[in-house]
Amino acid sequence: MRRVRDMMRSRAGELLKDGAVTRVLGWKSGEFYYDPTPSFFDTEESLDELVYNGFSAAMLSKYLIEATKKEGRVLVFLKPCDTYSFNHLLKEHKVDREKTYVIGVGCGGMLDIEKLRALGVKGIESMEELGENLVIHTLYGDKKFARGDVLLEKCATCKGLEHKASDELAVPDELWEWETSDRFARVSELEGMTSGERFAFWRGELSRCIRCNACRNACPVCSCNKCVFDNPRSGVIAKANADTFEENMFHIIRAFHVAGRCTDCGECSRVCPQNIPLHLLNRKFIKDINAFYGEYQSGESVDGKSPLTEFRTGDVEPGIVHERGGA
Amino acid sequence: MMLKLSIEKMGELFQRLAEGRKLYLPLDRGGQVDFGPWTPEAKVRLDRLKTIKSAKDFFFPQTENIVSFKRQGKDISIIENRDAEEPFVVFGVRGCDARSLDVLDRVFLCDPVDSFYKARRENGVVVSMACSEPEETCFCSIFGIDAADPQGDVVTYIIGDFLYWDERTDKGRALTETVKSLFSDASGDSSLVERSRGEIRDIVSRLPLCSLSLEGFDGSALKEKFGSPLWSELSQACVGCGTCTYVCPTCQCYDIQDFDTGHGIRRFRCWDSCMYSDFTLMAHGNPRKSQVERFRQRFMHKLIYFPANNDGMYSCVGCGRCVAKCPISMNITKVIKALGVEVNV
Amino acid sequence: MCDSEIRSDLLIPRLGVVTDIRRDTPDVKTFRVNGPSGGVCFSHMPGQCAMLSIPGVGEAMFSITSSPTNKEYMEFSIKKCGSLTEWLHDMEVGQQVAIRGPYGNAFPVEAELKGKDLLFIAGGIGLAPLRSVINYVRYYRDNYASVDIVYGARSMDDLVDIDEIRNEWIGRGDDVNVHLTIDRPQEGWDGNVAFVPDYVKSLNFPTTKTALICGPPIMIKFVLKALQELGFDKSQVYTTLELRMKCGIGKCGRCNVGAKYVCRDGPVFRCDKMEEMPDEY
Repeated sequence: MRRVRDMMRSRAGELLKDGAVTRVLGWKSGEFYYDPTPSFFDTEESLDELVYNGFSAAMLSKYLIEATKKEGRVLVFLKPCDTYSFNHLLKEHKVDREKTYVIGVGCGGMLDIEKLRALGVKGIESMEELGENLVIHTLYGDKKFARGDVLLEKCATCKGLEHKASDELAVPDELWEWETSDRFARVSELEGMTSGERFAFWRGELSRCIRCNACRNACPVCSCNKCVFDNPRSGVIAKANADTFEENMFHIIRAFHVAGRCTDCGECSRVCPQNIPLHLLNRKFIKDINAFYGEYQSGESVDGKSPLTEFRTGDVEPGIVHERGGA
Repeated sequence: MMLKLSIEKMGELFQRLAEGRKLYLPLDRGGQVDFGPWTPEAKVRLDRLKTIKSAKDFFFPQTENIVSFKRQGKDISIIENRDAEEPFVVFGVRGCDARSLDVLDRVFLCDPVDSFYKARRENGVVVSMACSEPEETCFCSIFGIDAADPQGDVVTYIIGDFLYWDERTDKGRALTETVKSLFSDASGDSSLVERSRGEIRDIVSRLPLCSLSLEGFDGSALKEKFGSPLWSELSQACVGCGTCTYVCPTCQCYDIQDFDTGHGIRRFRCWDSCMYSDFTLMAHGNPRKSQVERFRQRFMHKLIYFPANNDGMYSCVGCGRCVAKCPISMNITKVIKALGVEVNV
Repeated sequence: MCDSEIRSDLLIPRLGVVTDIRRDTPDVKTFRVNGPSGGVCFSHMPGQCAMLSIPGVGEAMFSITSSPTNKEYMEFSIKKCGSLTEWLHDMEVGQQVAIRGPYGNAFPVEAELKGKDLLFIAGGIGLAPLRSVINYVRYYRDNYASVDIVYGARSMDDLVDIDEIRNEWIGRGDDVNVHLTIDRPQEGWDGNVAFVPDYVKSLNFPTTKTALICGPPIMIKFVLKALQELGFDKSQVYTTLELRMKCGIGKCGRCNVGAKYVCRDGPVFRCDKMEEMPDEY
């Protein structure tokens, strides 16, 4: 990852210098190793603070909506999975491709600080990513983890390391690759439950929701200029749940709204302060869409229609839900 | 008087504390640790330093009923609809959260007094707990909070195999009376407790964020800090969610909303966030048009406006929840560093 | 149910009844509100506000237009501009409303303004809060020196309370000088035509006066500039601020500007004091 970072800094510097781009959108180093913040860099000197490591999970694609409204071209660093959301935003004409310059950055899987904390890591002083290992120096002693054990959910079920959009790549020859698991495995488990069990599962998960809107605001597909939940005239504006069912509705409505568009980037679950597995709602839709309309991966390309915006005579009838027993 | 109890007997203590009142303490729910009501089956997690949300919830809950109405033709009736008041104990409150109640008191107990909050404060007993293993996200010490000796009605310590119990207020003494028979006298262990405090303070002194300086953050710097060109850079990645405000033990902004239950109108208040675009939205415009202004408001309020109105008390207790939870890792410590004095850089 | 059975809190309203509605302009109506058994819902001072609500529709802060000297009823002049105000405009006499207050400070009618030459400057619906002060001053006329009122609106149809202005303020001969103006010439209008700030300047008021301004933010800004050009100091000028409010008691955080809460520390501010606040209103 450090080599990728060096490649990023040097290319960004060159492109800024010769005026090919006016700004660089990357990650800025924080207080700790694990807290880089998305940031714009507009001078070569400022690039000293550009970092890229196992905690550069925050996706930059959505920032391009606002960034490409401004003058000049933005250099953006996209990890392989980030390029899906980038394509999706292009497809919906939210981002002006002409104003972007994409450097696809190699990814060795992003790490989950929450998983580390759950494993008892506290008092972090510094971290080192050494190949397939992560070494953490803490006030309470050193700890070593295999990367594979502390990957973010979205990385443990990675869609692949190929960039679906880029103007150039910053991918070193040897990057740590990992074994991924089936992203629909958990969905299948939920489908196997009775409807009562499934309801209880989601009530349990969603009842923790604090309506902070982080999932929506981080979602690259939730890009409405004004969300219905922010519109006082909609009658459903609420910063808290007026009744216990409201948090369910919020998430289910959102899942329906991003159905067929969701790129499965996993940001919703990553940013959730309550660790609610929101991505499972979206994956259920993706799984069904694949089954009913043929394999479709949103954001794989800019062209073509999403199955839900295209009518074909062979499309399934709504009765399919009943035929499948309601799951 | 200092008392002690073998940690094996904690279950009995909780049982006793929960008799005739609610007992809230950090519980594991699906791997997430948050304050919740104790039951014999509950998975108590006193080892987890930071609950996701703070103890604020029990005094200023995320939603609470204010009043109800019925409308019939042109007539309106007003119906009492306060949530039931009940005595409760919050156990395992860390020093930062314990102090946050002082901050909330400044808001809700100043004239005119908020009767909802006041009732909860009167009904609640705070049993705090010293932080045996502070985390890197902690910075309570810059606000003068001692993680080793928190405030509270009762202060507890887990040292070795014992829970030490130190009553501090009349409320705490009254609570102690109800559980005293489980404890044994620990006045002879004071040096042990003192040593433990020393160890905690030693760790705190080595925490990276505890060296932050708040110099220059006061009412007199209002215009200077407000006008800083750094706000646009600091806020550029902010996604405008409410995570920081909702996990914060001192954020106290609220909204009042009406909910049509189908049988009447329930007026409730709920937490609100200055980070939200509609917070200051009016029919004819919004004085805080972009996230830059909303972001600035949150930090100006905590570091400048609140102390200007409250004898220098900051509206932050350094619990570090926002540091841990912000989706894009921007937080008050980065703001203090950027806008503060040289030594912070 | 009777109010008295409710455990009180400042967030809990009481009932009021709308006893009269009159249309002032195409988008402003004045509502007369009484307590359930007549009289006013509570006493107030000029410039203070009240929270009015229709449960299930919304609650919002409005300035109390009637003077405290009026013990028979309270009045609110309300412009239609959102869902609650639309509802209020559509309601009929006899409708009950939920009301709480009074909130905020008041114009210092019993302190700094006493004995002063007063200059009221209002634009459009901005007359609403000043009407309370003007009528208070007229009631205690001997406590104040000269009184000038400059009032303007887009057109003559947009002048709020024009009947009262003509019949009471101009017609009574109690030494109140009223200067009306509209933005553009209009058939049937033989009065002055000018924007309020320009009109204020052309009237060349002496700097011995104390000004009370209320109107759209942009008007306030330019009137203040005009007064300064005439030699007024900001400390001689009072205005009111309007921000979104929810609690009305300086706690919910919504109207926080700098170290002030507009609902509690305002809405009346002396313009020199506003310099301590960041420009965010």
